[in-house]
Amino acid sequence: MLKQKLTLAVTTALALTGAAYAQSARDYISIVGSSTVYPFTTAVAEQFGKSNSSFKTPKVESTGTGGGFKLFCGGVGVQHPDVSNASRKIKKSEIESCAKNGVTDIVEIVIGFDGIVLATSKKSKPMALTLKDIWLALAKEVPEPGTGKLVTNPFKTWQDINPDLPAKKIEVLGPPPTSGTRDAFVELVMDHGCKEFPAVKDLEKADEKQFKKVCQTIREDGVFIEAGENDNLIVQKLAANPNALGIFGFSFLEENLDKIQGETINGVVPNFENIADGKYPVSRPLFIYVKKAHIGVIPGIKEFIAEFTSEKAVGDDGYLSKKGLIPLPAAKRKQAAADANSLKTMTP
Amino acid sequence: MNKPTSAASAPAILNRDIKTIVNAGLKRRHAAETRFRWYGLIAVSLGLLFVVLMFGNIISKGYPAFWQTYIQLPIKFDPAVIDPQGSRDPKTLESADYAALVRAGMRQMFPKVEGRLELRALYGLVSSNAALELQSRVLQNPALIGAEQEIWLLASADVDTLVKGNIDRSLDETERPIKDNQVGWVDKLKAAGKIEKQFNTILFSSGDSREPEMAGIRGALMGSFYTLLVTFLLSFPIGVATAVYLEEFAPKNRWTDIIEVNINNLAAVPSIVFGLLGLAVFINFFGLPRSAPLVGGLVLSLMTLPVIIIAGRAALTSVPPSIREAALGMGASKLQMVGHHVLPLAMPGMLTGSIIGMARALGESAPLLMIGMVAFIVDVPKGLMDPATVLPVQVYLWSDLPERAFVERTSAAIMVLLAFMILMNGLAILLRKRFERRW
Repeated sequence: MLKQKLTLAVTTALALTGAAYAQSARDYISIVGSSTVYPFTTAVAEQFGKSNSSFKTPKVESTGTGGGFKLFCGGVGVQHPDVSNASRKIKKSEIESCAKNGVTDIVEIVIGFDGIVLATSKKSKPMALTLKDIWLALAKEVPEPGTGKLVTNPFKTWQDINPDLPAKKIEVLGPPPTSGTRDAFVELVMDHGCKEFPAVKDLEKADEKQFKKVCQTIREDGVFIEAGENDNLIVQKLAANPNALGIFGFSFLEENLDKIQGETINGVVPNFENIADGKYPVSRPLFIYVKKAHIGVIPGIKEFIAEFTSEKAVGDDGYLSKKGLIPLPAAKRKQAAADANSLKTMTP
Repeated sequence: MNKPTSAASAPAILNRDIKTIVNAGLKRRHAAETRFRWYGLIAVSLGLLFVVLMFGNIISKGYPAFWQTYIQLPIKFDPAVIDPQGSRDPKTLESADYAALVRAGMRQMFPKVEGRLELRALYGLVSSNAALELQSRVLQNPALIGAEQEIWLLASADVDTLVKGNIDRSLDETERPIKDNQVGWVDKLKAAGKIEKQFNTILFSSGDSREPEMAGIRGALMGSFYTLLVTFLLSFPIGVATAVYLEEFAPKNRWTDIIEVNINNLAAVPSIVFGLLGLAVFINFFGLPRSAPLVGGLVLSLMTLPVIIIAGRAALTSVPPSIREAALGMGASKLQMVGHHVLPLAMPGMLTGSIIGMARALGESAPLLMIGMVAFIVDVPKGLMDPATVLPVQVYLWSDLPERAFVERTSAAIMVLLAFMILMNGLAILLRKRFERRW
């Protein structure tokens, strides 16, 4: 009847628009992925668009690392993104799901480092933390002193953990589990902190699953507060609450040094030099992944890679270092740029 | 003494008792009424207080963003830099190193500054937009080459923040984005009258940027415009037709009841659900592009439809039955009755409902997360298929950036968004006041 005809007409119209779009090639690069890499990729995208008048400025979506790979691995073709930002290395499961959809040749590019800092308000006294202290403060279950048996985390103040620390309440604001920053924090802080206990370390060989659970589970009794993906919000909360400790990327510390201070971890101050040297223990590499099959189909991908790996972007004085990206050491940078520009694909 | 002893005096005593009882209770009742008024007053003032706090906070943070700091520099349009061959070829003019002209101007202002680091800090006072500004001036008027002019150039975001007084000078230099030597130069420029604040046209004329001083909301505004255009074109006709059919033509039976209940429920469905639906249907099934205003408009019209239908039906029911009966009595067909009499009378109410629905769609960001409109897009969209973002999403994206100067721009974008909301709701009130008939 009329209604059915109408539905049919609308459906065909939509399908036709879709098909017409799929046939006409997209003329801009489509980038998805991590919100941590977003500030850097957008800066490169803008620079790329301004300095190459023959290419359009790439579109950069902020979807989170995992969400980005899901889209990136969706398949080959203009409706799928060309580049994915990631604040961690691509997982094996993601490579497999990529391969299942025909995305096999992937170019991995390391763009630099990002430090994860634990910061407090400037009004509070600095604390000298160790990875062990942080793990004890945040793990759901900790070994009982003396027996080494795992018990529900009893610690309420920092002094309970370590007599040298101040007697203030443990209150930590951090990213939610969907965030790449959280993954990196767990991997770099929690995993290392728990290994300082022989009882837990022995578990690694005996029962890896249980070991992971003990090390990585963060307590859920209100001490660790998931403060969302917005790091500016955490900074504001820290400024208002001298007791709280916040976890976020280094660039937010650098922009807000008048309000907050980064705590030393294992005796190392979180600053540009220490992260670049690798002295600061909580830093991670950042990546972009490029779909090789799209090179030559979408205009400008090669040139975009060249811009992203150029000295003026990721070099020691590059514009990304002003945005808070910690550059790779010079030799590694050269290697990364050479690999990227020769489109060396990942070996499975 | 107050115990009645004889039956004869009972009525008198009773009368007196009622009076005392009423009198005794009167005070309490008056007090209760006064208290109740106070509760109401307190509730209203608390509400107002929060509104004032919110607006005060946003406006006080956002209004400085409407002004932007400029630095006046003597610029010599050196032919040796711009066009060494003297060909005046537009390609040569476009690719010339205009940043060198800006640097030369800076050195002319501060001839004593030396050393690579110092010079870098000095050049950092001016935005990278300055070179683009010079480029566009030369391209427009090649006769400028060889001339020397005093030109106002955009200052960098840090200088802007300093001039606006948002950087505490008493802090140690390592804790501020702008160093002591730079503060000194800015103060010198200021003393010489070479720094001034001008109206921030960039905010309204350019798309997104990672440099706060060059970031604008034009891209988001155009994205919002295209998205709402699609939303209106789809949801208004369909919504009105549905409302008319359900109210005037449909038989009242169980099916129409079910449809009505469903429409009412749809109006209350969280908007993110529509986003997921849009992702599954429009993008994955029909293969429409991500981030396109067309898809955004489709999703938002799904969300707005129930609102328009409900408002439309309410407007139709408020038209008195006598109008319908009179039209039918004069021999009009049912379609003529609706088309000539009922619909025109109900239209102001329908439009009001639609505008309020559209205002809600304008402020929506959650469903657009799913369909890729949360993105960094520099080029201002020119059509329904171009990648775009919308105003509330722009607010969200800016609020998440580390640079301090984006704080005021975020608030400025909120102010523009609120202004549009107030405008749309004002239009709805105006329509209602001017055209609605009360019976």
